[in-house]
Amino acid sequence: MLIKFYIKPRKGVLDPQGRAVAENLRSLGFENVKDVKVGKYIEVYVDETDREKAIEEAKEMAKKAIVNEIIEDYEFEIVED
Amino acid sequence: MDEKILSAHGLTLEEYKRIIELIGREPNEVELGIFGALWSEHCSYKSSKPFLKVFPTDAPWVIQGPGENAGVVEIDDKYAVAFKVESHNHPSYIEPFHGAATGVGGIIRDILSMGARPVCAFDSLRFGDPRNDGNRKNIKDAKPIAQGVVKGIGFYGNCIGVPTIGGEVVFDEVYAGNPLVNAFCLGILEKDKMYRARATKIGQKMVMVGSATGRDGIHGATMASAEFSEETEDKRPNVQIGDPFFGKRLIECTLEVMQKSLIEGCQDFGAAGLAGSTSEFGSKSGMGVRVYLENVPLREEGMTPYEILLSESQERMLYAVDEDKVDEVLKIAKWYGLEAAVIGETTDTKRMEVFYKGEKIADLPISAIVDDAPVYDRPRKKPEYLEETQKFDQNELPEVDLKEAIKKVLSSPTIAKKEWVYRQYDHEVGINTVVKPGSDAAVLRVKWAVKPEINSERAVAISSDGNGRWVYLNPYEGGKRVVAEAVRNIYVTGAKPLAITDCLNWGNPENPEIMWQFEQATKGMADACKKLNTPVVGGNVSLYNETVLPDKRINVYPTPVVVAVGVLDKPEDAIPSFYQQEGDVIVIIGEVDKEPIVNGSEYLKEVHGKVTGDLPPIDLDMELKLSSFIRENKKLIKSAHDVSDGGLITALLEPAFQEEKTFGLNINIETKHRPDFELFDELRSIIVISTSKNNLPKLEEEAKKIGIGFKVIGKVDNDSKLTLKVGNAEIEENMEELRKNWEKTLKELLD
Repeated sequence: MLIKFYIKPRKGVLDPQGRAVAENLRSLGFENVKDVKVGKYIEVYVDETDREKAIEEAKEMAKKAIVNEIIEDYEFEIVED
Repeated sequence: MDEKILSAHGLTLEEYKRIIELIGREPNEVELGIFGALWSEHCSYKSSKPFLKVFPTDAPWVIQGPGENAGVVEIDDKYAVAFKVESHNHPSYIEPFHGAATGVGGIIRDILSMGARPVCAFDSLRFGDPRNDGNRKNIKDAKPIAQGVVKGIGFYGNCIGVPTIGGEVVFDEVYAGNPLVNAFCLGILEKDKMYRARATKIGQKMVMVGSATGRDGIHGATMASAEFSEETEDKRPNVQIGDPFFGKRLIECTLEVMQKSLIEGCQDFGAAGLAGSTSEFGSKSGMGVRVYLENVPLREEGMTPYEILLSESQERMLYAVDEDKVDEVLKIAKWYGLEAAVIGETTDTKRMEVFYKGEKIADLPISAIVDDAPVYDRPRKKPEYLEETQKFDQNELPEVDLKEAIKKVLSSPTIAKKEWVYRQYDHEVGINTVVKPGSDAAVLRVKWAVKPEINSERAVAISSDGNGRWVYLNPYEGGKRVVAEAVRNIYVTGAKPLAITDCLNWGNPENPEIMWQFEQATKGMADACKKLNTPVVGGNVSLYNETVLPDKRINVYPTPVVVAVGVLDKPEDAIPSFYQQEGDVIVIIGEVDKEPIVNGSEYLKEVHGKVTGDLPPIDLDMELKLSSFIRENKKLIKSAHDVSDGGLITALLEPAFQEEKTFGLNINIETKHRPDFELFDELRSIIVISTSKNNLPKLEEEAKKIGIGFKVIGKVDNDSKLTLKVGNAEIEENMEELRKNWEKTLKELLD
């Protein structure tokens, strides 16, 4: 089973990377760029067939290692083999 | 008025009544927010103010004492240094990495606002004992907090190009739920080009430069003044994120507009955001301010005026600019890629008037917000625990295996080598660092190439200290000792101590015992500062360092962190902490024949599991004598290291652990006292020095003249062996083995 994590800066929290990318895009002529958010995409492959279990595990993984919930928001999806 | 609404603003009903009295009507929501932030403990010092008045703040070399963004002290006839230490404790528990990083950013901007080029940082840290991780209930592990904080400091400092050249780290359970992160920065400037946080004329424009404003850390100031409970966990979005690369641009822009004399005054945005900066600006200038919130560059859509006014977004500065220079300032800011806008002006009304899209949303007398903030004479009571601890008699301690005890103390996290911490910091960037982390004090050349060009022949020495355990066991004596210890670290390098900055990290001031500690400790500190002629030129107070658990409240030890700054005629004059050559003679000077006392020592804690005992008074006259002896004879002294945490044995061993080699030691201490007391006492004023055989008679003569104890106790060997005789105890051990004990701890606990 595959767990796909989509992580992005929490709303309202400064995103220095996003700001830097936005500045760069504008300087390259993309003047209509309003804002950029830079997040992370993570794939975790697990040896698991029980979808419910995988969901619980994904939440634990996010909490313990993958996401800093103080400054990041996340979503995940489970892709079955 | 609903008490819930008030408490959300950190105000009491009494305070609310006072507001109504002061302004003659009920405040609206925005005004309430302004009062809540500015009357918070963090901004108003309402519990601590009366006690800070005892500090001496003046000396012929002090250019700027407390009350500005940093203290300024002259170091020669042309140049001065600006410095300050500040706490970022509460944010660092919530989000260790960003909390610590923004702490560094904040203090750098304080220094910058004085017109100084920030050239080095220092950090004083307190964490829970990582050996207890996994055993605490409702309190986070110490290891991830320590990891995050150290990484955060390194990240901000390294990226912005300010070297972190020293600091200290102490591990103790009392700090588990309330780590202390005190960040210090020092900057250099031409002394007649100092800036202050004030406007010079009515009608001067206030220009805001730096990051756009977002919803960061709204109500950070009130959070810093509330104890932690489970509820605080929900206040999480408060955390601000620092952006050191943006901060770097802000430094360069600010120094450029200063260099070109385009601005008249400068203030950074700290706690209480725009409300705080503009009202303090007005208050210090003796003027009113008018603020137009719609002009503030925003990062997010839909921000309310309340949020704009109280946001604590990082990397922002406020300049006072004459109208005809505004365009030039905006142009320069733009060139650096910074947001910049005129957000208001000074007026002759002495009021803070805030407008949003044509509507006046706040109109308050500035005196009411800043000067008339409540000041509390909180009840004080001598703590009960002191009766117990002061009864302690060290002679009841069982005898222990000395060799094991030495190893235990050397490897305790507080004594162990701090390389794990400082190797994560860039301590060389700027290439002015002369003495790096790992010595008593760090030494820095006073030079810079551009903006401004600084070229002093002199060097500055910096050291920080803050033994909370001492202050806990005897607040008055402990306060004195903390100052003396920081100052001692300066003079053992051969530098002349000039001044200190302090950060007073305390528990809940509403607890009378804690307030008593505060009163006593500040008195002790003040007395030491007066005697040692090192005035306090700035600092801050952090209260409510208290962890509220369902069944109890844990307050941190009363921990004053003192950073002392001194000056050396030449960088090369710095006396090393480490032994230099085999064959050199090791001498202890100072109170070498005084009865040793292990009360409050690391030995007592690590080996006997006790934090107890009273502290004898420190002899500050002896400190002064030692200070002048070392400075006057620095050419004859090859190394000097003072006896402090870990006692005499630690002070003898550490200088042998040079970066590239380990010396052997042959030590014989004649004493009639118990050997363990002799080796682990931390309370006598003793310095371990080494000198060549040839210079020994001359030094001894000088010591006699000045009236300090002088005892030759051994020599430096090349065989990597420790041979130690104390009274009738004898120990032999491999120095590499001891070194391993000293070096491995932090790596094992924190990596």
